[in-house]
Amino acid sequence: MQNSAVLLILLGTPLFAAAVLAFVGDRRFAPEVNIAGSAATFAAGLGLAFEVYKQGSMLAGGNFFFVDAFNVYLAVLTSFVSMTTAIFSRPYMRREREHGRVGHWGMRFYHAMFQLFIFAMLLCLLTNNIGVLWIAMELATLSTVLLVSLYRTPTAIEAAWKYFILCGVGIAQALFGTVLLYFAAERVLGEGGQALLWTNLSLVSDKLEPTILSLAFVFLMVGYGTKVGLVPLHNWLPDAHSEGPTPISAVLSGLLLNIALYALVRCKVLVDGATHSHHAGDIMMGFGILSILVASFSLLRQKDIKRMFSYSSIEHMGIATFAFGLGGPVATFGALLHMLVHSLAKSAIFFTVGHASQMHRTQEMDRIKGLFKGNPLVGWGFMFGAMAIVGMPPFGVFTSEFLILTATMKSAPLMTPFLLLGLGVAFAAIFRKVQTMVAGDVPEYQTPVKAAHVPVMLHMAIVLAIGIYLPDFLNNWFHTAVELIK
Amino acid sequence: MNIQTITQINSFLAAFVLLTAFGMLAQKKINSLIHLFTWQGLFLSINTAIVGYVAGRHHLYISSVLTLALKVILLPYILHLLIARLKIRKDVETIVNIPATMLIGIALVIFSYHLTAPVRELSTFITRSTLAIALATVMIGLLMMITRKHAVTQIIGFLAMENGLFFAATSATYGMPLVVELGVALDVLIAAFIFGMFFFQIHTTFDSLDVDQMARLKEES
Repeated sequence: MQNSAVLLILLGTPLFAAAVLAFVGDRRFAPEVNIAGSAATFAAGLGLAFEVYKQGSMLAGGNFFFVDAFNVYLAVLTSFVSMTTAIFSRPYMRREREHGRVGHWGMRFYHAMFQLFIFAMLLCLLTNNIGVLWIAMELATLSTVLLVSLYRTPTAIEAAWKYFILCGVGIAQALFGTVLLYFAAERVLGEGGQALLWTNLSLVSDKLEPTILSLAFVFLMVGYGTKVGLVPLHNWLPDAHSEGPTPISAVLSGLLLNIALYALVRCKVLVDGATHSHHAGDIMMGFGILSILVASFSLLRQKDIKRMFSYSSIEHMGIATFAFGLGGPVATFGALLHMLVHSLAKSAIFFTVGHASQMHRTQEMDRIKGLFKGNPLVGWGFMFGAMAIVGMPPFGVFTSEFLILTATMKSAPLMTPFLLLGLGVAFAAIFRKVQTMVAGDVPEYQTPVKAAHVPVMLHMAIVLAIGIYLPDFLNNWFHTAVELIK
Repeated sequence: MNIQTITQINSFLAAFVLLTAFGMLAQKKINSLIHLFTWQGLFLSINTAIVGYVAGRHHLYISSVLTLALKVILLPYILHLLIARLKIRKDVETIVNIPATMLIGIALVIFSYHLTAPVRELSTFITRSTLAIALATVMIGLLMMITRKHAVTQIIGFLAMENGLFFAATSATYGMPLVVELGVALDVLIAAFIFGMFFFQIHTTFDSLDVDQMARLKEES
């Protein structure tokens, strides 16, 4: 009974905060309300994690919600990153407002939609019903579409339209996949809402009709794969992630991609159970390796800083998808860890990138210079973030990439050169650009900004700590999750 | 009514849904497109009610009424309103000429029948043969979005796709559980508000709703 109370608080807080912020609007204290709401959500997330840590996975709300080791860590991650993003967005959005890039209604809209977006992501993670999972995913897309076009510039509107149309089409395929899944489930579990509950489905997955589930998986892969940003379905991602306000880029790259991958993996578990083959895994590996290669070579050509790191997100999601497809305990463990550290490192990078582009009033990398001297904390934060994201030790991304690489060498040796090539090219591409941005003298057009340093430091500290030592509780969760999905 | 008559009525309505989908592919005038979309919604709504009656699934009545309210009344009304506000009268240019688009459409129907064959074999529902038509409607909606470079037609294609998905749910499984159907309807409603706002944003920024003008975000080589 108490469990469902924590769950309700976790889901209710962002929804309530969205309503409050819609009323608060453009008042001076709106960013503080936003932070308070996100902090309360994070506290509830921690509470839920504590419950699950004590008593293992649980069902709540009449089987409507389901929490296990796999989704609880993502729920905590989601609420944590949304809290730090709220802290970052306070000085960032105030400056955008002062410079007239966002109007009165824009600010009201921004804050309310930010909270609604968090609600949609948490609902996605915690629901037990794969139909509701789809609905929440669509809601998460819809709530961010108009945030991408917040600046109302021609490019921003174009990016948002692309995002709306391509993700709308993609996710429609996932709904068709869900219908097919329900058709197969209904024959075993009988009609009604019970047949769409993941906990029920996973129990009987070996009785589900394999031909139908393979067919369903193709649609689910295309649908949720579009949202993960896998090549060749990635066209919308660099535009949407680079044209919106930077806090939104941080949560889109750091959180929403993870959620979509989560949905895909949940479906894959069912398909694997039914087909008893590696069919679904092979498809995921193919999409994954293609994404790594295409994204890393695209990184070389980028001139816009946010666009470059959006391509980097495609690359990292490719790595995680590849590892989930590969299967086996080591690769799956690596993929889970990778989702965590990528999310933290990437959002930290976007925080510093946001400040850096405000200082230079441009997102063009050629014009961004002398960050070390201009604002040492932003400069070093950016430097460390970039070092972490390209997979340098001792950061956590190195650990996860190392695990995935060893697993690849063991079970799919032919893929190893491609994986290494992708990682190497991405390393070179990002490092070449980062060096020229942080070093050198301060250009005369650089202006100081009021920056939020705490979120960046917090994220980088965690990524570093995980790279050095993985705490026991996290280790246990990952092992339990691996048992569920390997 | 015996089962045979019902199956025939069901197939008859399915044929009409497909026919309206092809009609939309052939249509250049936006006003007529919206009329076709309205008809498609109506056929869908009647079909849902009939399936609900035959199969004794009473939640399908709710779905049917929801479809009627949303896709036959509200969405066409919003679209007509927007078009009148934005003064769009021009015909929509197509990238591929219409006869070629129709041929691709026919190929998609055959492909859908092929793809859904395993489902048809396993299903015991009277509606099983219409699943292929539902998938074909989804694909034709997609085709329409690809071949038209106008914001309004892309949206109508998107909504036609959604019609196809709804049709698939009623024909493959006698409808998804009610909570899912309600959620999907809510999402469509939110999407309607968003594209409404978008039309205004695009119109004021680009001075037209041709999506062709939106080509600034490209990779520089």
